Amino acid sequence: MSAPVGPTRLLDTTGGPDVVGLDAHLQRWGPLPSAGSKALLDAVGRSGLRGHGGAWFPVGTKWRAVAGSGRSRPVVVANGAEGEPASGKDRYLLHHSPHLVLDGATTAARAVGADHVVVHLTAEAAAGVRAALDERARRGIDGCSFEIVVAPDRFLAGQESAAVATVNGKSPGIPTFVGIRTVREHGVAGRPTLVQNVETLAHAALIARFGPDWFRSVGTAESPGTALLTVTGRWDAPRIVEVPLGTTLGQALGIDAGTARGIQGVLLGGYGGGWLPTATALAMPFAEETARAHGTSVGAGVVVLLPTGVCPLAEVARVVRYMEGEGAGQCGPCVNGLDVLATSLEHLAYRPRSLRGGVAALPTLCGLVEGRGACHHPDGVARFVRTAVDVFADHAGLHLSRGPCQTTRPFLAVPTTPVARAR
Amino acid sequence: MSRPRYKLVVDPIACDGAGVCAELLPEMISLDPWGFPIIHGAEVPPGLVDLARRATVSCPRLALTLVRIES
Ligand code: SF4
Ligand code: SF4
Repeated sequence: MSAPVGPTRLLDTTGGPDVVGLDAHLQRWGPLPSAGSKALLDAVGRSGLRGHGGAWFPVGTKWRAVAGSGRSRPVVVANGAEGEPASGKDRYLLHHSPHLVLDGATTAARAVGADHVVVHLTAEAAAGVRAALDERARRGIDGCSFEIVVAPDRFLAGQESAAVATVNGKSPGIPTFVGIRTVREHGVAGRPTLVQNVETLAHAALIARFGPDWFRSVGTAESPGTALLTVTGRWDAPRIVEVPLGTTLGQALGIDAGTARGIQGVLLGGYGGGWLPTATALAMPFAEETARAHGTSVGAGVVVLLPTGVCPLAEVARVVRYMEGEGAGQCGPCVNGLDVLATSLEHLAYRPRSLRGGVAALPTLCGLVEGRGACHHPDGVARFVRTAVDVFADHAGLHLSRGPCQTTRPFLAVPTTPVARAR
Repeated sequence: MSRPRYKLVVDPIACDGAGVCAELLPEMISLDPWGFPIIHGAEVPPGLVDLARRATVSCPRLALTLVRIES
């Protein structure tokens, strides 16, 4: 089987069927080669693959930590919980190419020495994956057992410790404090556990076939390969796009950064990510290291182009109120801080005169929640707010001098206005 | 052999925000507007390690721990 060339790897953009069944999958990619643990750990390590669930952690390092953690047999969790309302790429990938994800899961299992894989996914993705697992079981192509666990419909469902809590049948979708002992050592059923995003696993399945050098032939030195993005604001409905890392968003989306009109600002990385000025976002090479240098993250690949005619401050306030409600209600600074933050943003959006301390109060409040939760939920909200305050500073000035926007329509998806089906 | 280094870690889920720790170790712990502890400094200064240990054992929720910094 020859390695694919061109920008798309995970998605079939050649006009093939929407769901790639096992026969078509094997025809396109060939069977998984039977490499052993050491060779796989080595290939994934050298490929430079990083986690596409949002953290961009080096996958080789994580796999080695789980493989070497010793005491009992590890478990692999293929994580497609995708609680972020503005993201649809994991759902789409599971629907479109479930076998690539499942190949990646068996690759990970072989690499870390696991014999059981839990596929943790949204309710809508379950039927497709179940059918794919049945197809595979009939052919007997996997050397491990599989189980499907449906994630609760919550923002934090995919967070690592929350995913493990769901699989363990405890407080579904609620993070636990892992400051001292992580799920890598003590996860599903108390066993060492590898929680890996489904897109990351799909990339790993291709690395197992075509090797690390092929993988690195696209992308940047620090973020090799391609990434799936969920893009909102470019077309009538959100779309899933696969881009080579390191290309600019302008190129990938066909928008000229110099003449872009009608976009007020760009959100990268979703509701725990950050805002950038339109020209910056369109012209910078799309990769995690560049996004971080600009004070945000590409996170799970969410890109929102915020159109003009929408009040950005009202949008930010709605999202932060939603994020406050999605907090797990366990940690004092998160519970108290996010509520005050949401209230302050509501003041700025709708009653700017009541905002005590002015706009400067917002970064101060962010500082009070950052790094103080059991999970990174408050840190993400703080970044979302800090960057919004910068990018929409002029708009905030108008609210304070002339009053709030008279009319505005909601744009950003929060679960009362769900994301339309991706594609 | 060098002396072990420590940091203070709060388990924010267990912490009740009653602030006992800030009374025992004001050198390193202040309280936020809601009464929850804020730890100052990434490492416990050697001279405060004993006091810090006392604060951890006095925490009614066992939410405060002294964690050795791996070097
Ligand atoms: S930081 Fe917030 S969201 Fe995270 S566990 Fe604590 S209360 Fe829950
Ligand atoms: S003494 Fe313990 S429970 Fe009380 S505020 Fe300090 S850390 Fe929290």
